[in-house]
Amino acid sequence: MTSKVETKEAVEILSGNEAIARGAWEAGVKLAAAYPGTPSTEILESLAEYEDVYCEWSPNEKVAMEVGIGASMAGGRALVCMKHVGLNVAADPFFSSAYVGLEAGMVVVSADDPGMHSSQDEQDNRNYAKFARVPLLEPSDSGEAKEFMVAAYDLSERFDTPVLFRTTTRTSHSQSLVKVGERVETAPVTQLKRNWTKYLMMPANAMVRHPIIEQRVRDLAVYAESSPFNRVEMGDPRVGIITSGAIYGYCREAVPGASFLKLGMTHPLPAKLIAGFRSRVEKLYVVEELDPFLEEAIRLLGIKLDGGKELNTLLGELNARYVAQSLAKAGVPGVNPELLTDLGPVAADLPGRPPTFCPGCSHRGIYVVLKKMKAFVSGDIGCYTMGALPPYNAVHCSTCMGASLSMAHGMTKVMEPLAEGAPVDIRNKPIGIIGDSTFFHSGITSLMDVVYNRGNTLNIIVDNSTTAMTGGQENPGTGKTLLGEPSETVDIPALCRAIGIKRVTTIDPYNLDEVERVLREELAANEPSVVIAGAPCVLQFKIRHPVYQIDSELCTGCKRCLQAGCGALNLYEDAAGDRKVEIMPDQCTGCGVCSQLCRENAITRPEPAEGRGS
Amino acid sequence: MIARPTMNVLLTGVGGQGVVLASFVLSRVAMSEGYDVKQSEVHGMAQRGGSVTSHFRFGDKVWSPLVPQGMADLLMAFEALEALRYANWLKPGGLLVYNALRINPSPVSAGLASYPADIDALIKAAWPNTQCVNANALAAQAGTVKAANVAMLGAISRALPFAAETWEAVLRKAVPPKTVDVNLDAFRLGAASAAAPAATCSTTS
Repeated sequence: MTSKVETKEAVEILSGNEAIARGAWEAGVKLAAAYPGTPSTEILESLAEYEDVYCEWSPNEKVAMEVGIGASMAGGRALVCMKHVGLNVAADPFFSSAYVGLEAGMVVVSADDPGMHSSQDEQDNRNYAKFARVPLLEPSDSGEAKEFMVAAYDLSERFDTPVLFRTTTRTSHSQSLVKVGERVETAPVTQLKRNWTKYLMMPANAMVRHPIIEQRVRDLAVYAESSPFNRVEMGDPRVGIITSGAIYGYCREAVPGASFLKLGMTHPLPAKLIAGFRSRVEKLYVVEELDPFLEEAIRLLGIKLDGGKELNTLLGELNARYVAQSLAKAGVPGVNPELLTDLGPVAADLPGRPPTFCPGCSHRGIYVVLKKMKAFVSGDIGCYTMGALPPYNAVHCSTCMGASLSMAHGMTKVMEPLAEGAPVDIRNKPIGIIGDSTFFHSGITSLMDVVYNRGNTLNIIVDNSTTAMTGGQENPGTGKTLLGEPSETVDIPALCRAIGIKRVTTIDPYNLDEVERVLREELAANEPSVVIAGAPCVLQFKIRHPVYQIDSELCTGCKRCLQAGCGALNLYEDAAGDRKVEIMPDQCTGCGVCSQLCRENAITRPEPAEGRGS
Repeated sequence: MIARPTMNVLLTGVGGQGVVLASFVLSRVAMSEGYDVKQSEVHGMAQRGGSVTSHFRFGDKVWSPLVPQGMADLLMAFEALEALRYANWLKPGGLLVYNALRINPSPVSAGLASYPADIDALIKAAWPNTQCVNANALAAQAGTVKAANVAMLGAISRALPFAAETWEAVLRKAVPPKTVDVNLDAFRLGAASAAAPAATCSTTS
């Protein structure tokens, strides 16, 4: 491990993501690239605040990985970060990077999301380390995240391999104490080295590399036996627990007196260390979240376990209470009794509080209209996925980044064509909807496919000039880089035309009549079209117009305005017991969508000024 | 030295209410007083009106960042419905402090669900050891309703073993420079309200 500064001043409280950034900076990283994705986003946001590190938002994770590989090949230490599903996108270069190795260290952070707090799946990306033949590190808190990150670069260079650095939401988004150090300066990069047999993966070269990679895994397994990432903490010899990551903390609380083998490097595993631990304890358990990744590897080593995945679950996050209960059920002695008590009753029938569009959000009007049209909508990943929720219920499928446009195209290709001259069947002609950042990420190739393969779908690009869901990051359409420098802005209409879309229309998403008219026109066309609903994110750009109010004399309580699903609207009963709707002025941003839904002209703006609405 | 057991605080509220900033302040106050600290929140979609929870733990040694359900010493709810929803995270004898504020969840705004009409009574029934705070009114009195989260910190400050000077030093650094005085006032008003609870405290939007 690196030297620690033992002064009180050098202790900071950092999130796991901030600690990773700190560790990368201390390790002398020269370049970091990422695409935003919860729970990984703050790593690059934090690292961009340090001097001496070039940081960029790449358009997607694959590009970020390739940028990182290039930097590392050129001789600069590189960091690449993404959420778990981002590694699926970046898997192609990731696997090849494991073959070619590197000139300077490269660490790939995968921030997994057990429990799916903000993800479409909860895949366990530890599997990627085994699959790609690279070492895997799992810190259990921010202090370890920083220490491991610094050490990861030495590991990477010593074994000529990228390192997979896996966090979860609970390590990335938890704060704890970190001992910070100074930056290690690495050699300046001035010349590109030629080594084509190592860095050019054509079959003849890759065949030479593959046995080297397999030997590297064996060498890493030897290193793991004495690696500082793994440690035995002997306690009660009746109970041994092997665990890693945030789960280590839950286990320490669940069975405080037990013996622990705490693994920080979880691939490849130290066979002798584990066998030795086995011999020192009566019963041995593996406690891990999601997949039985450690358990299967340990069983394959021929080491007997007394309990693993059958004691807990493949689903969701673990916690101390859950771990305590599952181990107590298995008869483990020494479980903390405070974690075994019965809980009080949960208050019944409370309304949930799901996330929703902000008051004034530019996506709201689009979904009000799509719902009214009863259209079939193929959705994508971003704030606009929330169009699937009540009261809109207007998105009908969504799988991954960029899939909206290509899935809609696939649907039309298996549907029976309409009879000659028949009107378009709006309910059965899929509409793709995608945000600006997701379009840049992987929607452009989908749109190319629609054009090239003679599709006829309607493709809506909801362009709010930011990467909103992850907190408002820059992207190739915003005219600014992560480091705050001015940059070129992608011209979306011109790009669509260049791809071959002839029908490109830009609409004001706050004007419901215009939205509906244009969508109906474009659906009727028997060729692909793009509708760009362009309006900046109200949250990111802090947009407020004069607020609307509801004339309680005119309001009939019909609830039609509530179709907008806006948090600024409040249904109440007046003194006479009549149902009315009011607008909460501190919430309203004056977008005017609700006023266009009202048939009584009860919703007006006292001072009609410039800006949105009717 | 006497071992200090881990204290568990759960913060609940609605995206945009400043739950994360309040957790940031708590973490730094505890760290300044020499405790080990772990804090965890789930964010990402939090700015869009969803439910937000944050776990804050401090002691001589804190192993994990999550307050176990049924073990919270203190539940600090920034909104009334979010107090009721998480009341059973408290341990026997734990204290619930909630802001007498109603923020409609989106199903209520859309007319698809109703907000419990007698929320204050429901909270009291679910957890008798409860204090109600008019944090938004206190913050407005201090100068801006935006400081309601800091008024809440004031209201719970007496339940935690931290010195007044530490709170003030951390708050001075944590809030925007122009708003230091307003926030310190909100904190003091919150603390005073906990010492002498208002005669009436009922939830309003």
